[in-house]
Amino acid sequence: MRRATLLPLWLTYVFLYTPVVVLVVMSFNRSDSPYEWSGFSTAWYGTLAGDDEVLRGLANTLIVAAGATALSTVLGTLLAVGLARHASRSRLLPALSVLPAVLPDIVLAIGLLAFYSLVSATLGLHSVLLAHTVFGLAFVTAVVRTRIAHVDPSLEEASRDLGAGEATTFLRITLPTLAPGIVAGALLTFTLSLDEFVIAFFTAGPKDPTLPIVIYSMIRFGVTPEINALATLLLAVSFTMVIAAQRVSRLTEAL
Amino acid sequence: MIRIHAVTRRFGEVTALDGVSLEIEEGEFFALLGPSGCGKTTLLRVLAGFEAPDSGTVALDGQDLLGVPAHRRPVNLMFQSYALFPHMNVEKNIAYGLAREGLARAEIGERVAAVLATVGLTAQARRRPHQLSGGQRQRVALARAIVKRPRVLLLDEPLSALDKQVRAEMQLELKRLQHQVGITFLVVTHDQEEAMSLADRIAVLDRGRVQQVDTPVDLYRHPRGRFVAGFVGANNVFSGRLLPSGGLDVPGVGVLPAPAGDTAGLVGVRPESIRLAAGDADASLHGAVVDISYFGGSSRIAVTIPGLDRPVLLTVPGPATVTSGARVALSWDPESAVLIETTGDTP
Repeated sequence: MRRATLLPLWLTYVFLYTPVVVLVVMSFNRSDSPYEWSGFSTAWYGTLAGDDEVLRGLANTLIVAAGATALSTVLGTLLAVGLARHASRSRLLPALSVLPAVLPDIVLAIGLLAFYSLVSATLGLHSVLLAHTVFGLAFVTAVVRTRIAHVDPSLEEASRDLGAGEATTFLRITLPTLAPGIVAGALLTFTLSLDEFVIAFFTAGPKDPTLPIVIYSMIRFGVTPEINALATLLLAVSFTMVIAAQRVSRLTEAL
Repeated sequence: MIRIHAVTRRFGEVTALDGVSLEIEEGEFFALLGPSGCGKTTLLRVLAGFEAPDSGTVALDGQDLLGVPAHRRPVNLMFQSYALFPHMNVEKNIAYGLAREGLARAEIGERVAAVLATVGLTAQARRRPHQLSGGQRQRVALARAIVKRPRVLLLDEPLSALDKQVRAEMQLELKRLQHQVGITFLVVTHDQEEAMSLADRIAVLDRGRVQQVDTPVDLYRHPRGRFVAGFVGANNVFSGRLLPSGGLDVPGVGVLPAPAGDTAGLVGVRPESIRLAAGDADASLHGAVVDISYFGGSSRIAVTIPGLDRPVLLTVPGPATVTSGARVALSWDPESAVLIETTGDTP
C-alpha cells in the first residue's frame, strides 16, 4: 500500500535526474562517443584544462558573474531598504522591483539589445555584466526584502534611541541583521549569472563569449565527453552555491 | 521636570493626541494608562523623538525637547518587543549605547559589569538574545536603557510579553530598580492593575485626551467621568437623579442604593461591592444571569437588568452558587456607591 503510493514520487525523481546522472557518468567515458560507455577515464577533464577557448570563456563568465554580483548586491540591498522605508504603503513599486526576475529571458534579452543599439553602446563583457545586473538586482532585492520582513523594525529605532546617528545605525545594526539575506542574494545572483545563456548571447560582443556561449558553439559540431565534463563542473559549482545560499539564510532564521 | 503642553498629533483622520498636557516630577514613577488606540504609545514616541507632534511643546528641565533629534535626547526607551540586537551578545547590547557616547573602553566595561550585576545577569553576559528567557531578555533591555543614565526612562508595555508568573516577579523588580537608580520612569500600559501597583501617579488617557491624573488610591476612590470609572476598577456605572432622602433614581429601573443628593449624576459601584441578595425585601435590582467566569479565587457574574443597556458585573468569592439563566436579585450598601465627578465634555 505504502510502496504503491510512493511509486509516482520515485518515477518523478527518476524523470528529473536521469539526464543529469547520464551527463555526469558519460563525462568519465574513455571513448570520444558521448553515447557508448567504453571504460572509466578522467582524460576529458585534462583536455578541458588545456582548451584555451573554454578557459577564456570561463574567465569571461567569472568576470561577468563577479561584477554583476557585486553591483546587484549593493544596489539590490539599497533598493530593498529604500522600499521598506519609503514605499511601505505602495504595492506597485515592490512588484516592479521583482519583475526582471520573472520576465522571460528572451524578452529581457531583446529589450536590452534594443536599448544598447538605441544608445549606440558597443557590445562586450561590460554589456553582459550590466544585463546580468538587471535580473541579479531583482533577485537580491526580493531576498533582502524577505529578510527585512523578518527583522523587528524597532531595532533601528532602538539604535537611534541609544545615541547612534543614521550612518552608524545602518552600518552596525541594519547591515548585520540583513547580512544573511544579502549573502544569500549574492550567491543566487552569482549562480544564475554563471550559466545564463540567452541574455548573454544577445548582449555579448563577438570577441568575448561567455562560457555558455562557448559551449553552444562547441556542440554545433556534436556533443563530446569534453562538454559533459565541463557541464559536470558547472553543475558542481551551481549545486554548492545554491546549498550555501540556503544554509546561510536558514542558519540565521533563529535570530 | 517634564512639561508636556497642549500636544496634538493627528494621523490623517485619526487624532492620536488631542491637546495633551502633563507634568511629570523628578524621580517619579509615572504611568500612562488607557486602552489600545488611546494615544499613549504615540505620546511615548513623541518623548523619545520618533514622532513629532503637530502642535504643542515638550520641555525637559525647562529646555525644549522637540528640537533635539532622538539620538541626542537624554531619554531612553525600553521597547515593547525589547528590540535587542540579535547579532550581539548581552554585554555588547548593553555597551552599544555607551560606545556611542565615545566613552573609554575601561569605563564602558565597568559600567556594563555594574549594570549586569544590578539586573542579575552577570552569568549570561556572553549569551545571545535568542538564548535567553523572556524575563532575562527584558532585564537586558532594561539594563541597556538604564546604563545610559537617562533623565527619563520610557517603558512601553514593559510586562506584556511575559508569562503571568514572571510578570509578578518583574513588577517588583522594576519598582526596586527605579528606587535603586533614582531615574524618572514613565511607563505606558493598558493594564490598570499594573499601573496601580507600579506607579506613584497615573494619567488615564482615552481617545487622545487626558481624562484624569491622580495617585492610584485617589483614582480608584474618586474616578472622574464615566470612562475612568469603567476602566479603573471596572465599575458598573448608573446614570440618574440623586434623591435628598438617599438613593439614585434611574428612569425605567427604580431607586438604587446611593448616598443622598439633589442633582442628576453618575454613580459607580464596584463588582466586589455587589452581592446576590437573599430575599426580595433586601433587593434593589432583579435580572437574569447571562455569563459566569470562574477565576479560581473568585467568580465574575454578569446579570442583565431590564431597562439597562449593559449587564451589571459582580464578583463573588469562590465558585458561583448560581447558574447561567437563573433569576437573581442584587443589592449593595449605599456607602459603597461612589459619586462620579463629571466635567463638561466627559458625561
